[in-house]
Amino acid sequence: MTAQRDDALAAGSGTSARPVAPGKVSAQQVSVFYGDKQALFDVDLDMPDRMVTALIGPSGCGKSTFLRCINRMNDTIPGARVVGQINLDGENINDRSVDPVLLRARVGMVFQKPNPFPKSIFENVAYGPRIHGFADNKTELADIVESSLKRAGLWKEVADRLQAPGTSLSGGQQQRLVIARAIAVSPEVILMDEPCSALDPIATAKIEELIDDLRSQYCIVIVTHSMAQAARVSQRTAFFHMGAVVEAGATDEIFTNPRDSRTQDYITGRFG
Amino acid sequence: MLIWIALLGLFLFSVSAYTAGRRQVLKSAGGRSRLLHSLPGYHGAYLALWAAAPAVILLLLVSLLGAQVEELILRGQPPPAVVALPASTQDVFYNDVVATVTGGQVSQTVYDGALGQAFTDKLTQAKSIHLYLTTAVLVAALLLAVAGAVMAWPRLRADFAARPRVERWIGALFFGCSVVAVLTTVGIVASLVWESWRFFQVVPIFEFLFGLTWDPQIAIRADQVASSGAFGAVPLFMGTFLIMLIAMTVAAPVGLFAAIYLSEYAGPTVRAVVKPLLEILAGIPTVVYGFFAALTVGPLFRGFFNNIGAQLMGGPFDSLGLYLLQVQNQMALVAGAVMGIMLIPFVSSLSDDIINAVPQSLRDGSLAMGATRSETITRVVMPAALPGVMGALLLAVSRAIGETMIVTMAAGLQARATFNPLDTVTTVTVQIVTLLTGDQEFDSPKTLSAFGLGLTLFVMTLLLNIVALRIVQRYREQYD
Repeated sequence: MTAQRDDALAAGSGTSARPVAPGKVSAQQVSVFYGDKQALFDVDLDMPDRMVTALIGPSGCGKSTFLRCINRMNDTIPGARVVGQINLDGENINDRSVDPVLLRARVGMVFQKPNPFPKSIFENVAYGPRIHGFADNKTELADIVESSLKRAGLWKEVADRLQAPGTSLSGGQQQRLVIARAIAVSPEVILMDEPCSALDPIATAKIEELIDDLRSQYCIVIVTHSMAQAARVSQRTAFFHMGAVVEAGATDEIFTNPRDSRTQDYITGRFG
Repeated sequence: MLIWIALLGLFLFSVSAYTAGRRQVLKSAGGRSRLLHSLPGYHGAYLALWAAAPAVILLLLVSLLGAQVEELILRGQPPPAVVALPASTQDVFYNDVVATVTGGQVSQTVYDGALGQAFTDKLTQAKSIHLYLTTAVLVAALLLAVAGAVMAWPRLRADFAARPRVERWIGALFFGCSVVAVLTTVGIVASLVWESWRFFQVVPIFEFLFGLTWDPQIAIRADQVASSGAFGAVPLFMGTFLIMLIAMTVAAPVGLFAAIYLSEYAGPTVRAVVKPLLEILAGIPTVVYGFFAALTVGPLFRGFFNNIGAQLMGGPFDSLGLYLLQVQNQMALVAGAVMGIMLIPFVSSLSDDIINAVPQSLRDGSLAMGATRSETITRVVMPAALPGVMGALLLAVSRAIGETMIVTMAAGLQARATFNPLDTVTTVTVQIVTLLTGDQEFDSPKTLSAFGLGLTLFVMTLLLNIVALRIVQRYREQYD
């Protein structure tokens, strides 16, 4: 943890006037507007490397909006405007010089509903490496696909039918397929937007297990509606309410000893 | 005239039946509509339907079959002078009688002597038959209306389930309309098949489908030499195919790329302007495209090719230059290109719908992988939309095959088996038009060949449409 903090400080010290916060990803004064409507209000949040940060809060509180800031997916929404600074390894990703296309290769994303492309399982995973030119030949590509599927815990189930369409898998398998697709481009950060909300409990358990495995290599940020899931998979938690971060800290702290009464109300199920 | 008065009366009667039914059932419930099984309006509608429907059905049947029945009765007791006539002249005789009564077109035959007497007799008979039948039908309709209303009246009580019964009537109405649509189609196909059958008895089907010469002679007199022509349809189908190919070469890429631009790149403002504009293009009548092709594009292309020809003359490509110098206004290329322009909005608006149906989550998924917008389109959106786009293109092909006006005006009329886009060609539909316009006798192979062409064209476009719809359907199932 301290080592990373030093890295981040070292990387960011030259580029930013503001003191760089200790995190792989660090948001400072981030606000988002959809047209005239403001959806996020001056969010400050650190998301450390090799940890899972859970974003919790009632529907419409802005947690997904915030998540989509981290890989600049909000750029694709007409009328959306992001202000503030989000540093990835100390570099402000909202800077004009940053190409969102290259950024998204470093920050992978898993969506609420599994969205495999209408291609074979192999081609789904090979998609990213192909467009970014990560493989020099077919064997390398096949190696990347295999190792990604293995890391996503899907290899055993699909090894004998890599040419089957990705849509032929079950919902839980599809979600692990898109996780494999995301990690095939070796991202540094993985964003997950309620990855289990469309899945049954068994598939959910598998995804949670997978998230726990992946934690050792990536900075993971997960939006979840389930307090139990946040408590199970995350080390850090941020509670969003009405477009602002009410409270953020170690997951144990938040769940056992929340400082804010609204956090307390939410995690004990009094609203939301 | 009488029938319109009858219909008006029927309408007024059923309207009053409606109000009466409403009031009656409300009264029976003591004014409290809560006690009724169905709303008072349904009771009114039920009564009105029973008053109107049987009478309307009777009137419809009479207007369809009345004339035949009248003629049947009229022919009942033929005078000896008429019996003596040959069958076809008898038909003319009765036609003239009926036409004199109803004010239709009369042949120029002069009836004199015994025949003249028979004509006047039959005329009076026809008039009285018409009068009696009409009166009988009107009285019957009136009786039916009253009988229907009287029969339905006692049922109108508070607990009577008028609502589902009215529902059934409405269902029957919709069913009736769909039956009319289906029967009309079946009728058209049957007549096509029947007339084609007659044609294929004169011209062997093999010769028709594979013959290389299309030259239906115009026989002015029956005894004229060469009164039968050559009926090989291959040049026509080649012409059709050539023009379709040219049209699709224009329409497919332009329409498709326009659709991609509109659905993936254009901002809301551009979209709001361009989409309606494209739809206006789709609303231009084909005849306007036709004279655009004949008067603007044709001379333009001709000038272009003639200029090139003039440049080439005297050089190593002298003969090509001479050929280009002689290119005319009318050619397959002009008709095809303009037809392609006509098809652009068709292709683009269909493809636009299909591309928009590709779920946004796929685009998001691809963009989140670090793909650019064009990579997302070529690698994810288009593969997903491809089956639907293929279906749209096939629909455009069948429209191109069926298009007539532009080709009539811009491609010439010569049936040539050629794939040279600078030649004048003709298509199946254009030939059908030329065969059937003007004064034609309807039993010569020349006119009948139009039905043969029509049937072949129908089968071709039907197959194309089936394939296209299948593809579109399979695509739809994927994302529902």
